[in-house]
Amino acid sequence: MKNKIYQTFDEAVADVADGSTFMAPGFSGVGVPRNLLAALHRQGAKGLTGISNNCGTLDEKVDVGTLIEAGQVKKMYAAFTSPTHPSQISPFVRMYNEGTIDAETVPQGTLAERIRAAASGIGAFYTPASVGTELAEGKEHRKINGRIYVLEYPLHADYALIRAWRADEFGNLQFRLAQRNFNPIMAMAARVTVVEIEDEIVPVGELDPDKIHVPGVYVNRLVKIPPDGIFD
Amino acid sequence: MAEERPKLQRQAMCDRLAMEFQDDWIVNLGVGMPTLCSNYVDPTKDLIFHSENGVIGYGPLAPAGEEDRHLVNAGGQNVVPMPGMAIVHHADSFALIRGGMVDVTVMGAYEVAENGDFANWRIPNRKGGGIGGAMDLAACAKQVFIAMEHTTRDGKPRMLKRCALPITAPGVVTLVATDLGLFKITPDGFELREHAPGWNPEEIQELTEADLIIPSDLKEFRFRD
Repeated sequence: MKNKIYQTFDEAVADVADGSTFMAPGFSGVGVPRNLLAALHRQGAKGLTGISNNCGTLDEKVDVGTLIEAGQVKKMYAAFTSPTHPSQISPFVRMYNEGTIDAETVPQGTLAERIRAAASGIGAFYTPASVGTELAEGKEHRKINGRIYVLEYPLHADYALIRAWRADEFGNLQFRLAQRNFNPIMAMAARVTVVEIEDEIVPVGELDPDKIHVPGVYVNRLVKIPPDGIFD
Repeated sequence: MAEERPKLQRQAMCDRLAMEFQDDWIVNLGVGMPTLCSNYVDPTKDLIFHSENGVIGYGPLAPAGEEDRHLVNAGGQNVVPMPGMAIVHHADSFALIRGGMVDVTVMGAYEVAENGDFANWRIPNRKGGGIGGAMDLAACAKQVFIAMEHTTRDGKPRMLKRCALPITAPGVVTLVATDLGLFKITPDGFELREHAPGWNPEEIQELTEADLIIPSDLKEFRFRD
């Protein structure tokens, strides 16, 4: 069995090249791969394209906004490309309005399904979400059984940075509660999947095969979060 | 001055919408004001609260000191698990939404139009938008309820003939609670069902761009018992 365990986050993201596309999961601050994002920030790759639910928050925690603020990201695909309140001017909002970063606003369910389509070998799909709005303008529409849908394409990535609760040495993953969110579909959609583990990495065979959320075949690299790492 | 008269409180507005929830409904509450709907508890109804992040069947806000950092609702508030709760990933959570399982979604809005259009994600002259899961929910939930102030801070109507802002979904809103009353959207436009105490239909019409239908059985706004 190939060794997937890396000792440091820096080693696990060392080969991320300039211009790569990465996926960063998380929802409302839960299930965010903060240690790997911090390592990618230190690593300094530039010209990155990010796929994430939002474009960073105003709190001090490391998230995709940390890379954006450092000028490492050229484009974001996200469900939130403006703050939830107009007074919340994040680095992304400032840069987007200045034109120094590009972005595509994607309805959250469409974002999730575009990621799942990439993971599933689906060429494109039709969804009713956004029909009749400006986000559907210019896209192919089709009436199926009396309902109008809009065509959406998959979102692939070079790297998925993942936060999981527990893994075995083969990379089978388990998540806890709402930590799961975008993590499983992103883990399955990227060429290289790198995972930070909160609880423990157990020997192969110790996880019940019926209770695995992402099969280890999708996982390339595992790092256990050390006691002085970021857990929340 | 009409503006100085008491209007309905946000909790009363959300209570009123929550009174319309039916037993066994799957309910999705938007971030902000709509989360107040979960404070109205009717022991005769079992509701299942769904959140976009894949939590199906969450409970009330977690008491201080009892938060589980892995369990939040769509607004990022720590909630407690209910017996029977289930967790799915984001794609399956939206499969549930698009698949038509959600009986009602309650959202805030900047504008609602008499044709059932509403706008809640984008302000003009500003790049980008905070669409989140609102378009998926609005297009696919069985009903869309809106909770919002009747006018803007400048006193301009939010209940319009047609939305001026980019819409979230066309023709989907069924019920609106504002701080002046409860409004049903009918094929003929807004029908004032219940008015806030101390406000008569003519005064409410003055603060509404669209023409209101005033039914013969108009009632005063219903508060929780």
